[in-house]
Amino acid sequence: MPPKHIFFSPARIWAIATNTLLELFRLKVFYFLLIFALLLIGSSAFMIEFNFQEQFQLLKDVSLGSMSIFTWLLSVLATAMLLPKDIEDRTLYTILAKPVPRFEYLLGKLLGILLMLLISILLMSALFVIALYGRQQYVLAETMRGSAGMPPDQLQDNLREVRNATFTYSLIPGIIIIYVKAALFASLTLFISTFASSSIFTIMVSVAIYFIGHLQGVARDYWLGSATTGPLPRIFLALVALLFPDLQLFNLVDDIVAGNSISFILFAKTAALGGLYTIIYLLVAYFVFATKEL
Amino acid sequence: MYSPQKNFDLPLPPRPLRERAWFRYARVVAILLLFGAIRLPIEVRLNQEHRAAFFHGAKLNLSLREQIGQLGFLAALGGFRALVADGLWIQAHIDWTRTEWGKMLFLFNNVTALQPRNIMFWEMSSWHMAYNASAAAMQDTTQPRLALRLKHQHEYFLVGEGLLERGIENNPDHYNLYDALGDLLRDKLQDHYGAYVQFGKAAKFPDSPAYEKRFSAYELSYVPGYERQAYDELMRIYRIGDQERLPTLCWRLKLLQEQLNIPASQRITIPDYMIPPQYRPKPGISPPSVQDELYTPYTVPSSKP
Repeated sequence: MPPKHIFFSPARIWAIATNTLLELFRLKVFYFLLIFALLLIGSSAFMIEFNFQEQFQLLKDVSLGSMSIFTWLLSVLATAMLLPKDIEDRTLYTILAKPVPRFEYLLGKLLGILLMLLISILLMSALFVIALYGRQQYVLAETMRGSAGMPPDQLQDNLREVRNATFTYSLIPGIIIIYVKAALFASLTLFISTFASSSIFTIMVSVAIYFIGHLQGVARDYWLGSATTGPLPRIFLALVALLFPDLQLFNLVDDIVAGNSISFILFAKTAALGGLYTIIYLLVAYFVFATKEL
Repeated sequence: MYSPQKNFDLPLPPRPLRERAWFRYARVVAILLLFGAIRLPIEVRLNQEHRAAFFHGAKLNLSLREQIGQLGFLAALGGFRALVADGLWIQAHIDWTRTEWGKMLFLFNNVTALQPRNIMFWEMSSWHMAYNASAAAMQDTTQPRLALRLKHQHEYFLVGEGLLERGIENNPDHYNLYDALGDLLRDKLQDHYGAYVQFGKAAKFPDSPAYEKRFSAYELSYVPGYERQAYDELMRIYRIGDQERLPTLCWRLKLLQEQLNIPASQRITIPDYMIPPQYRPKPGISPPSVQDELYTPYTVPSSKP
């Protein structure tokens, strides 16, 4: 007697996710880490001319900015080619010919991408911590050398100032929000790829949404706040505000690097909104994919 | 007779509405609009919280587009504001090595507009203008007239002051910029009352260094008409303990005691080594009057001959 078919199987989803991850490994997507490492080393060497506050500021900005760019690019490029590649290789038909619901297939694919993004951001964070620690040790040694003959309490003040300028707890939520934003984009790109005709189309639309999403807040403010615009511009602004995600909300890292702390409530709300976006885009993607003629 | 070809010619039955492509897409757009309507109040509220937490009312100025170029503005809006600001900061650093002060000010205005919550940018920009550019203005060999060199120097002091004031508007919750403004008012503009106010504001922050309250009291002691208030403030610090009884504090107290005719029983005595070198009695030179000493700010002796 054949085993009873389970409608929703985490094991099947996990199998698809790990296969997707393996596929991405084989595509050598992690080579970008070399560029990231070179960026860190290059910027560290270049920054010797600046004072220590500027050095740490620039190093953090370059590192976290690069993390943001790389995770976004990875999420868009890797997700955009998943469905077209599976269709081209006929893998999709083999999978869906088995009793695998389309939702599980999409969820497995997204999970694979999210795992890949998680590994990437962890590796980049590790490189960032090493670079920042190295720079901190160098500056501490320089401060010790330059403070010869200084009273011990003043020397301790100087050393504490250097340490405070390097590692702050706020960096952790900042990095998590970068990941949340990348996850949102992976889900959004998956949704676009369910109706897109090609990978290029998916990438182009995703990039366009990225920039529109950063301006969404401006459109929303104009729509809700301005009474002078005509009906057509108002409809256009309303569509932008309602259809596109507000990506500016996920740019916490700029302010964190600037030395501002982030409250846990604010971080949790922003992360929850990102999670909600990811789930909704996945559901909409399923909506399109469920009735798609393959 | 049965003909397969003929069967294909038969009109197909109309597809149900839910299977038609346009209907499917319309349904997706409707879901997205519905989701947008649900998240709209959440996003508005969250956006307000973000602004309250980070920007304190500061927003990206749209006229900035003309200054940093379309690509830079797009990058700034695209979430790479910090990277664009850093790029401009590095450019300003290069211009510093070329002593192009005008271009530096232009770049500082852009950097601070992009990152209004970054204290370091405000502090360093002001320092470059008020300390470096002003010094360069005085050494300008192309300007033979001293009056004009002094005028340019003063203008750079005011530029530095303006940068710090704008920085404080954007960052009222950090002591650093009040401290920097106090330094500038004291050292460059000789506005001792203004410096007293700024150091006093810095001293109110729990994380500010202990010297802020001392600096505030020192500055008040230079302002004619505030001698009693300054004396009370300095005595309050003096009574905290030995760690606060620094040479400058004791010296200012001594001068104020003379000026205010404090009764001998209430006066403090300070050892000779605590008297600043330029105020120590020298053989053959008559000591300056208490007024001269009281209202002449202590200056660090120059290392140059």
